Amino acid sequence: MTIQLEFLRDIPYFSELGHDQLESISKLIFEQNAGRAEMVLLEGESAENLYFVASGAVKVFKTSAEGKEQILSIVRPGESFNDVPIFDGGSNPASARAMGPVLLYGIKKNDIEAILKEHPQVTLNVIKVLARRVRDLVSLVEDLSFKHVIGRVAKILIEQIGTETNQVPRLTQQEMAAMAGTAREVVGRSLKALEEKGAIKLDRYRIIITNKEALQKIMEVSY
Amino acid sequence: MAEMPVIAPEKCDGCGLCVGVCHLNALALVNNIITIIQTVECDWCADCEAVCLTGAIICPFEIIVQEP
Repeated sequence: MTIQLEFLRDIPYFSELGHDQLESISKLIFEQNAGRAEMVLLEGESAENLYFVASGAVKVFKTSAEGKEQILSIVRPGESFNDVPIFDGGSNPASARAMGPVLLYGIKKNDIEAILKEHPQVTLNVIKVLARRVRDLVSLVEDLSFKHVIGRVAKILIEQIGTETNQVPRLTQQEMAAMAGTAREVVGRSLKALEEKGAIKLDRYRIIITNKEALQKIMEVSY
Repeated sequence: MAEMPVIAPEKCDGCGLCVGVCHLNALALVNNIITIIQTVECDWCADCEAVCLTGAIICPFEIIVQEP
């Protein structure tokens, strides 16, 4: 197994480190493969390792008591996950699942402590990474708790069918998110909620408005 | 022809993340550009769109009203 030092250099945790430092850290890194849909972490379990995605993508999410998923982030190559429990000593705050075949670089909790003591630059880098993470999560909390996104999504759908064109309106979740002033992850959840309320039906590439009056009502109540 | 995600080749940076996350194996990199291999009908999970940082692949939803 050879950990690519060039790849490590691009990981925010290890930026601004010299070749020798990267080489010393690389000796503490192990590789772990995960297949499509394989769970990498389970919420509530004790945290053993910090992970970096080397290739592929990992979905980090929480599951409600009713089994609903809220995606917290999609972790792409070079990015880390499971940082929080590694540093606060608690259990995994969220679950993580491979979205396809994934190669992970892992570092054991004890080894991370050794790295931080040995390489102060890594500590500064970790602070930046965690500060960015807090900023992203604060934004998500704002979206989920203060904004009536479901009403905005209902409004967007109603506005689309009101346009006087011959073409069927088409929107991506990303576009709906931009229009609603929220994150893509929140739009997915809102669409599912609208379906549960019987206002729309999601049918592959179609959003079928099955009850326009119900959609209108949701828009008026929660916009 | 089955409805499939829409690709903007000029935006594709060839990272291949979408290829890996497509659980129907409907995508491939051809000459380092994302391409649809239409062997199966896409189920519109939109994971490819979610992982793409450049907006090179999108899964637009048609918005239609069901007539009563």
